[in-house]
Amino acid sequence: MKKYFEYIKPQIPKMSFGLFIKFIGTIMDLLLPWILAFMIDDVVPTKNKSNIIFWGCMMVLFSILAVTANIVANRMASRVAMNTTQKIRYDLFKKILYLSCKQIDDFTIPSLESRLTTDTYNLHQMTGSMQRLGVRAPILLIGGIIITLSLDPILSLTLISVLPIIGYTVYKISKKGIPLYTEQQKATDNMVRVVRENAVGVRIIRALSKSDFEQQRFDSVNNEVTGKETKASVIMAISNPLMNLFFYLGLTMVILVGAFRVNSGFTQAGTIIAFLTYFTIILNAMLSITRMFVMLSKAIASAKRINEVLTAEEDLKMYPIDHVDNDYHIEFNNVSFSYNKKQNNVDDISFKLKKGETLGIIGATGCGKSTIINLLIRFYDPDKGQIRINGDNINSIPFNKLHSKFGIVFQNDILFADSIGENISFGRKLPNEEIEKAAEFAQAKLFIDDLEEGYSYNLTSKGTNISGGQKQRLLISRAIASNPEILILDDSSSALDYKTDAEFRKVLLNNYKDTTTIIIAQRISSIRNADLIIVMDEGKIIVMGKHSDLIKDCTLYKQISDSQMGEKQYE
Amino acid sequence: MNNNVNVKPDKKYVLLRLWNYLYHYKWNLLLVFILSLLSNVLALIGPKLAGDAIDAIGIVPGQVQFNKVFIYIFFMLIFYILSSCLLYILSVVMIKLSRKVTYKMRKDLFDKLTTLPVGFFDKTQTGEIVSRISYDIDTVNASLSHDLLQVSTSAITVIGSLIMMIIISPLMVTIFLLTIPCSILFTKYMTKKVRPLYRKRSANLGELNGYAEEVISGQKTIKAYHQEESIIERFEKRNNNAVEAYFKADYYGSTTGPGVNFINNLSLSLVSVFGALLFLFGKITPGNLSSFVLYSRKFSGPINEMANIISELQSALAAAVRMFKMIDEVPEPADSIDAKALNNVEGNVEFKNVDFGYVPNKQIIKNLNLKVQQGGLIAIVGPTGAGKTTIINLLMRFYDPQNGYIYVDDNDIMKITRKSLRRAYTMVLQDTWLFTGTIFENIAYVKKDATLEEVIGVCKVAKIHSFITQLPNGYNTVINEDGMNISKGQKQMLTIARAMLVDSKMLIFDEATSNVDTRTEQQIQEAMIQLMQGKTCFVIAHRLSTVKNADIILVVKDGHIIEQGKHDELLQKNGFYTGLFNSQYE
Repeated sequence: MKKYFEYIKPQIPKMSFGLFIKFIGTIMDLLLPWILAFMIDDVVPTKNKSNIIFWGCMMVLFSILAVTANIVANRMASRVAMNTTQKIRYDLFKKILYLSCKQIDDFTIPSLESRLTTDTYNLHQMTGSMQRLGVRAPILLIGGIIITLSLDPILSLTLISVLPIIGYTVYKISKKGIPLYTEQQKATDNMVRVVRENAVGVRIIRALSKSDFEQQRFDSVNNEVTGKETKASVIMAISNPLMNLFFYLGLTMVILVGAFRVNSGFTQAGTIIAFLTYFTIILNAMLSITRMFVMLSKAIASAKRINEVLTAEEDLKMYPIDHVDNDYHIEFNNVSFSYNKKQNNVDDISFKLKKGETLGIIGATGCGKSTIINLLIRFYDPDKGQIRINGDNINSIPFNKLHSKFGIVFQNDILFADSIGENISFGRKLPNEEIEKAAEFAQAKLFIDDLEEGYSYNLTSKGTNISGGQKQRLLISRAIASNPEILILDDSSSALDYKTDAEFRKVLLNNYKDTTTIIIAQRISSIRNADLIIVMDEGKIIVMGKHSDLIKDCTLYKQISDSQMGEKQYE
Repeated sequence: MNNNVNVKPDKKYVLLRLWNYLYHYKWNLLLVFILSLLSNVLALIGPKLAGDAIDAIGIVPGQVQFNKVFIYIFFMLIFYILSSCLLYILSVVMIKLSRKVTYKMRKDLFDKLTTLPVGFFDKTQTGEIVSRISYDIDTVNASLSHDLLQVSTSAITVIGSLIMMIIISPLMVTIFLLTIPCSILFTKYMTKKVRPLYRKRSANLGELNGYAEEVISGQKTIKAYHQEESIIERFEKRNNNAVEAYFKADYYGSTTGPGVNFINNLSLSLVSVFGALLFLFGKITPGNLSSFVLYSRKFSGPINEMANIISELQSALAAAVRMFKMIDEVPEPADSIDAKALNNVEGNVEFKNVDFGYVPNKQIIKNLNLKVQQGGLIAIVGPTGAGKTTIINLLMRFYDPQNGYIYVDDNDIMKITRKSLRRAYTMVLQDTWLFTGTIFENIAYVKKDATLEEVIGVCKVAKIHSFITQLPNGYNTVINEDGMNISKGQKQMLTIARAMLVDSKMLIFDEATSNVDTRTEQQIQEAMIQLMQGKTCFVIAHRLSTVKNADIILVVKDGHIIEQGKHDELLQKNGFYTGLFNSQYE
């Protein structure tokens, strides 16, 4: 919440002015019933018609003032809310983009997303409503009470005695009801899951003729949802009639006490009438305040979640220059790393590559292949050992310099909702010739030329409007477009058929001689021509060497190779 | 009001269908109506009693008629308590009614989903189906239970208050001839103005959310290319749009409250002046003036709300239209009347002059002829996205051919019940489908009353048994949605075990190993070979080493079958297959 006030601070002059106007408008609203009482009790007995008309005009005037002030103040409040939210969301987004991968893993992506959208939205709502209701409701409540006190303290106390009971009841019921809604939400999630599973698995379900079974399965979740819904609603439904009851009980009490007071000459009938109007105002103010508390508690939770991200400390620091002279381009020295700091995901990894060489990494899923890449581009810092590029420890290379060296295709990499050209250039403002050359080398040219809009063809988010193979070719185009010093392909050929894959490897060999390449693959054929092949298992390097050596010396490698390529290689 | 245009044609029809749902529970509905009538009438009598009590108090000290005051107060208490009780009972009955309706709507929609052709799910996004069955139905019901009730009780309140006001002072009612049209016109104008703004606000917010999701999930890529700055720039544009749209909607939206308040205050001022004047001429008592003020508040309340309710009803109607549209989707055509069940399948399959296209004028399969003997192996190969699954879709009758025939054991499959035809096959697909439930439930899914011994048996053959026993809860381990506790390869082994439990003569493998690493693939392949023994198999594969022994290889490219034959024959042809095959060694 403290951080939130820092954002509010620049808006304070504007906000104070708006709140002042709101204050005036609210006071006007409050004065109206007071004039009504005054007219009936004091003006009417004088039988002066022009006086009545005068006070009537005053009421209209006050109404006009009230509406003008309220509208102006509301609009000013909206503006303050807009400016604050815009700034918060911008800073939050910026911060998220610069979080380290470890921090993102810790926060998780869905959580960051909801912080950026739902939580900032909650804050926006709260900032606006608090300015509108935050002044109005307390003034109506306190002002109403003060005026009724001035009209008749005894009647007023009668009325005020009901308020805490109403407040307490609403609070109690909400406290009981809200957890029930959470439960209902869980049940709804269950229902959605069953529907989702049915949509995704429709072929299997149909093949097995399990429709009846699925109908029953849905029936039980459906029952659960509606049941929970009913339970929550039935409890929450108490609050309305109960509040009504208390409200009218208070009103009856006012009349009863009023009867005695009028009889003793302490009060007048007009006062009782005004009281009934004030009662409505005060009650509404009470309701607004309860609503505000719900909104505020929601907003505080959101502010906390936003704050957690904003105050996260930078965890990848720049270290002083650490350079060794040798002619290796990429060097891993006894590198170990663990994501959860319990069990090493890569263990004592060492290898050296010269400029222009190709490294192939092969091994089972989860054996640490991608982790090596994550360490090389410094998404994470290794727990032990050093990684060097051109002899420089990568923890001393500024990020913009380090990252401009790479062209990468990640496993499950993504394309953005933008034109094909912009997806290849990707903010690097590359000239058209380079984009087209990259597309040609990655064998994407053919299908791009087939499109009517060519390079300006707009992709949907995550490239859902092109095929898997086409996506892969664009990703590769993006990676090679800037003529990178180091090219990394993490399992990027699995969506390509063998033929395209083979042709692409030929292109790399001929046109990117100076580019050091790291290929992670499932297929032996993708890496068999590499200068160095690493076979990994459970985070460790089992064996390292060329294809021709490995096929002789490593049984695991030979097994994999046989299963994939048959015996043709010996022919 | 523009969005109304496309809803209008079937508006009556939609309302009628909604009414049918309610009518199903007509006694409940009647009870709701009676209760709301009663509780409103009771609440209407209250202000009158309060006014009478004030009159009994009078304005002269010492002359209060206490016995009268007490009687009125007593009645007020009774009425208010009764009215509150009725209100609660009413809500509960309404909640129960809405529960029944929601349940039925969801059930109807889901049951419909289970009869729709597979093509529907290919065309329709899962998210859309989910939002129909959860969000839309919720909207319809919130509106049915809340707005409908409010409209009916409001009507009673408005009419009742009006009658009471006319009884008290017909002259003062004329004030409302002035203010009510004002407030109706004002709210109507405001809603018309604000609604598109609110729509724009949610659209812009939706766009922002979409962008945030896209970017945050692509963060590694952005980092790797160091493009944070350019992305932030783009985000800023969307952010500005979103907050500005919010501001604009708010700018006008926040006018409505004070505006309506103003009109109410105006009424109050006019009522005060007129009331005071009438009182001066002895035409009204202070008590009646008080009752009149209370009634006037009751009277204008619902009218102010009307605009909101109408717009809510409209969105509910739109949701209902979407829901009914899905309920009205055409289900899979029924089996032909003379369809018979397929029994004792041997596993001979024949395609005869089959033509097929997903869209009528774009033919994908042309004049396909194919004959497979019992126990044969048919491989379908070709680049990704070439349309290999089309043949499977035809075999299973997920789609029907436009021309030609498909036979199983010499039976035209159009003349066989779908259920028995589909049961004759076992499928293992690339996307391993397991539902949230225990491992046992997932495997036993295919066979009613399967015993644990049977399940363990197939798991042993599929070589997944030892893995399962190592899990903390063994066969009772719950597989959850993201399946974090079990790898892709293991999932695939489970689906193979599940397939083994089905005793069918024909088998379909759709790229069952493309998502797993090589070592796991070896294990899966061993399990597959076990499963394939003695069965007619259709295998889609992209690793050609697995298909060399096939009896027939179909080579698919761009949706067409371009080559067909045995491995050696195809190699001799030196065509597309040869290229495909050789490229894996380059």
